[in-house]
Amino acid sequence: MMAVATEQPAADLREPAGWRRTKNRVATVLMWVAFVCTLVPLGFVLVTVIAKGASAISWQFLTKGPIPPNVLPVTIGGMGPAVVGTLEITGFAALIAIPLGVLGAVYINEYGGNRALARLIGFMADVMTGVPSIVMGLFIFTIWVLHFGYSGLAGSFALGCLMLPVVIRSSYEMLRLVPDSLREASYAVGATKARVTVTVVLPAAIGGIVSGALLAIARAAGETAPLLFTILVVESTNTNLFSGPNTALATQIFINAQQPFTGAQQRAWGAALTLIAIAFILMLAARIVTARFTRYTR
Amino acid sequence: MEQSEQNVAAKTELPKPTALEQAAPQDVSGTPGRPIFDVRNVSVWYSAFKAVTDVSMTIHENEITAFIGSSGSGKTTVLRAFNRMNDLVPGARVEGEMHYRGTPLYGKDVSPIAVRRRIGMVFQKPNPFRKSIYDNVAYGPRINGERNRRKLDEIVERSLRRAALWDEVKNRLKSSGLALSGGQAQRLCIARTIAVEPDVVLMDEPASALDPIATGAIEDLMRELKKQYTIIIVTHNMQQATRVSDRTAFFSVLTDSKNDTRTGVLIEYGSTRQIFEDPQDSRTQAYVTGRMG
Ligand SMILES: Nc1ncnc2c1ncn2[C@@H]1O[C@H](COP(=O)(O)OP(=O)(O)OP(=O)(O)O)[C@@H](O)[C@H]1O
Ligand SMILES: [Mg+2]
Repeated sequence: MMAVATEQPAADLREPAGWRRTKNRVATVLMWVAFVCTLVPLGFVLVTVIAKGASAISWQFLTKGPIPPNVLPVTIGGMGPAVVGTLEITGFAALIAIPLGVLGAVYINEYGGNRALARLIGFMADVMTGVPSIVMGLFIFTIWVLHFGYSGLAGSFALGCLMLPVVIRSSYEMLRLVPDSLREASYAVGATKARVTVTVVLPAAIGGIVSGALLAIARAAGETAPLLFTILVVESTNTNLFSGPNTALATQIFINAQQPFTGAQQRAWGAALTLIAIAFILMLAARIVTARFTRYTR
Repeated sequence: MEQSEQNVAAKTELPKPTALEQAAPQDVSGTPGRPIFDVRNVSVWYSAFKAVTDVSMTIHENEITAFIGSSGSGKTTVLRAFNRMNDLVPGARVEGEMHYRGTPLYGKDVSPIAVRRRIGMVFQKPNPFRKSIYDNVAYGPRINGERNRRKLDEIVERSLRRAALWDEVKNRLKSSGLALSGGQAQRLCIARTIAVEPDVVLMDEPASALDPIATGAIEDLMRELKKQYTIIIVTHNMQQATRVSDRTAFFSVLTDSKNDTRTGVLIEYGSTRQIFEDPQDSRTQAYVTGRMG
């Protein structure tokens, strides 16, 4: 070691001082600032909801009904009907929107090419993303509720319409990332287009498609405005998605939070925490499921 | 052997080979293999860009034909015309006549799927699927309807052995095809291609990512494969061309300075020995002696 050091000057491998180093450090600091700026409000929301909502949560709160009148304390009745309603309505909305959205994206990216129809669908999906959720509620109200009455199904339609463009867009972006070399490899052993899509393209994109679908579900589960017009509000559990008014966590938060009574306020916080927990569990479950699909990523 | 050929015939919609036409003009007195491809005045366009112009050649059965030439001279483009891979490129167009065993490749009721089933391809960049090693090799047979577990095991082992990869992966067939070195991945892709027992194997610089030992293994494999298959290989390695190929086609770029267009052309095609020892065209001579490209 010593011998080497005396024979030649030691190489200086430190980061060189000067403008480049300054730029690098400024950029690093800015990124940290941005990171903290996004994390602080997120953490704040989460901490507040947990702090205010945790005391309301109990097995009874989550499963029992009916939802009591506003003036009563949180220990009476429970949010069970709203939990059931949210799961039913969002679940059915996902059942409609995810297959349609993924198939739409497959059409645009794999089959449509440069055809006018494909571009039109892509464009319409983008436009639909920009439609306010309350407008979607009104739309379902006029074309469905006026004819068939309030029901969980109408709520599912409204939420489905909100999810569809998000699923199309996110799935499309994921399909686009699948390298053509993989498609060619499949074609080269004599696969048809459908086979290429099902056995190579979709598996390669599944992780991202699931993430996108989940974000869409989570967002839809929290939507309030479209449900006010489509499912109305009830206090007891309605397990029949297809007929009769229903209720959901989001609408319950909206109604209870407006009230001055402590019980109602606590119920609203509790419902908010429940909603967040449902979204969290959903994300976790889907991650575990997709980990199975993507186990060969290395 | 017998059986696999019947299989091929049964699973494809291409008509049976008709009486083969006589040796074509560009044909040379080399090893006598029956003509399998007859290429007449083929030009390939990418939209408005003419990438290759007026290629005519005859490819012979059970031989290795090498495409050599400078970068951008259209070797890949012509190669991809042989199994209608260019159909997948929007705007790509093939003009002229290409016959495979007497059937026009671009004929009206020829299915590109059936074509590719018989004419497989190994790509320049290894492109294994995000599946296990086993599933990568079994992919083609499964696509073509093979469901029998034992048969698939057999096919996978045989293909991997032939691609000189078996010993390296036999204990981890269930692990990812992406967790392989570049050279191993390429051999996996070769195994995947030959697993469907194609009639012809097109190889686009298959050895450009391989070390000399793996390259040697691939070359041995090609010599072995040509007993059963016909191989067309694009290579930048002229030693490789002389080592393995029976015939060589030399491509070059014609530059039109007036319109600023660069078009690939087939300069010379003949037996490998003739191309390297007695080139007729000065450009071929310059290229093979290393004075150009
Ligand atoms: N998909 C494509 N779209 C448009 N032009 C293309 C496409 N693929 C190739 N070309 C053009 O066609 C010409 C021939 O390309 P090709 O890939 O066949 O050359 P090559 O001889 O294989 O070269 P290399 O030795 O570098 O692989 C080039 O000018 C190239 O830019
Ligand atoms: Mg090439």
